[in-house]
Amino acid sequence: MTVLVSLIVGLGLFFIIGLAARVALQAAAPARHRPMFRDMPLTAAFGLAVILVYVVVAILAPVIAPFGEGEVLGDQYLPWAAPHYLGTDKLGRDMLTRLIYGARNTVGIAFATTALAFVAGSVLGIWAALAGGWLDQGLSRLVDALMAIPALVFSLLLLTIFGTSVLTLILVIAAVDATRVYRLARSVAQGIVVMDYIEAARLRGEGNWHLIRREILPNAMAPLVAEFGLRFCFVFLSISALSFLGLGIKPPTADWGSMVRENATLITFGDITPLLPAGAIALLTVAVNFVVDWQLHRASGLRD
Amino acid sequence: MTGLWRMIGQRLLLGMLTLFIISVVIFGATELLPGDLARELLGQSATEETLAALREQLGLNDPAPVRYWNWLTGVLQGDFGLSMATQKPISELVGARLGNTLFLALYAAALSIPLSLLLGVLAALWRNSVFDRASNALALTAISFPEFFVAYILILWLAQTGLFPSMVRITGATTTGDLLYSAFLPALTLTLVVTAHMMRMTRAAIINLLASPYIEMARLKGMSPMRVVLRHAVPNALAPIINVVALNLAYLITGVVVVEVVFVYPGLGQLMIDAVTNRDIPVVQAIALIFAAAYVLLNLLADVLSTVTNPRLMHRT
Repeated sequence: MTVLVSLIVGLGLFFIIGLAARVALQAAAPARHRPMFRDMPLTAAFGLAVILVYVVVAILAPVIAPFGEGEVLGDQYLPWAAPHYLGTDKLGRDMLTRLIYGARNTVGIAFATTALAFVAGSVLGIWAALAGGWLDQGLSRLVDALMAIPALVFSLLLLTIFGTSVLTLILVIAAVDATRVYRLARSVAQGIVVMDYIEAARLRGEGNWHLIRREILPNAMAPLVAEFGLRFCFVFLSISALSFLGLGIKPPTADWGSMVRENATLITFGDITPLLPAGAIALLTVAVNFVVDWQLHRASGLRD
Repeated sequence: MTGLWRMIGQRLLLGMLTLFIISVVIFGATELLPGDLARELLGQSATEETLAALREQLGLNDPAPVRYWNWLTGVLQGDFGLSMATQKPISELVGARLGNTLFLALYAAALSIPLSLLLGVLAALWRNSVFDRASNALALTAISFPEFFVAYILILWLAQTGLFPSMVRITGATTTGDLLYSAFLPALTLTLVVTAHMMRMTRAAIINLLASPYIEMARLKGMSPMRVVLRHAVPNALAPIINVVALNLAYLITGVVVVEVVFVYPGLGQLMIDAVTNRDIPVVQAIALIFAAAYVLLNLLADVLSTVTNPRLMHRT
């Protein structure tokens, strides 16, 4: 019964947020972008609204949060009641505060990692496509070999060797995901480097860096942006999984993955508090996926 | 037929080569560490004697190629060396748990493959219907969920009400029936995580084919939509479907890591996490090699099977 009620409430919220976001975006967008938002599906509008909320919460975390990030305030596992609206965790820290700071830490670290993986992977991939020959062969075979090992297993191996800290976590995940970005960037760029305008730019005597930045990147943007969204989801999920396993972001830093792990015992008493950080992870990933799905659909020009 | 056998032979050789390279990467990754592995593992306060003992145990005094050769020949004979944390042979630690993990992965596969194929075919058959849209949105949602979220929701709904146990205990006396019952929640979690992807790909593969002329022909001669899909579209969509199934089975093998930890399931994933926490490098290397080998083998199998089911690929010279 409760399942049914929460399902209906959830669907209702989804429609209201989606519709409101669509109207708001249409009103706020400049005139030439308006048609894009008018035809956007509800899922995408909902996704954009959710992403916006997360970004605002992450930026304004110290202003919104009622208490300090690592502040121990009283008894452990307090129930949901004022002033601790979502109760306290196993050390007596305010759950709501840590959820809000988690938006900053978890999402921030995932974003930095994705950006790093993306810059490294796409620059190397485009460079390989442009240079061709032994450089391309060497890099591509290396990436093939690295991709033959499952991502999570390879990250675990690297974390064992280099130890677990936030910096190694970022570097390891970025390195593993850069191989996937490299693959895509190289195959997209290979279609572009054979174009006449690249030949023309080469004859003008432009260097490789100029070719990548001014000629290839602008034309490879659409698939790369969609890949950025998808890659962010993967990175975000793997960082959360590693934190959940106790190998990622360490306490006292508030992080959603480790918050689930720390408070998991509450589940056996039927308390849903530990599900909140997990739900926060899930909601953001769903939102990003919805937006990416819409963008991919638009880019492919499908109209079925 | 000789062409087929030659193809399988070629793929096997290629797979062996991939495995060899993977073993080099897994072994060689320790060489990336600047400085001394023994000191890194024991910390700055370690005495010279303990450092020397650890170097001796890990064979760090030999040059890297010699160490690699010794390790590889050992692995090929089923000897992975000793665990640093427990000083037990790794093959003993791994052996008991490998079966458990394989059981869980197979259990999840047995649930998810029929389910996702059925849902995929139905979604393709009734495309753009409410069922199709709902299952598509649900699939996208399920893909985005972290495994532990799905696992805890299932625990809250199904274990709190006492229907299924939330922890898996395996002893010598556990029968297969007990095991199927107690491992149901972890298997269901894995099923939910992989079904979405397989279902979406099945749907896409079939819809791709529905635009082809021979499907039009079948429809024009008055065949029912169900029969068109089952008799004409599905057999030709088998190759991509097999590929995505194999990919997801390979995913299952690594996906078990998180699920095993949530349900305290005594499998390889849990062993690996413990080893990573203790920085027990030989154990992590051994398990990584096993996971990677399973991954390569499944991909190889998918390659061969999709060729066998596609006559055009088979008769290519």
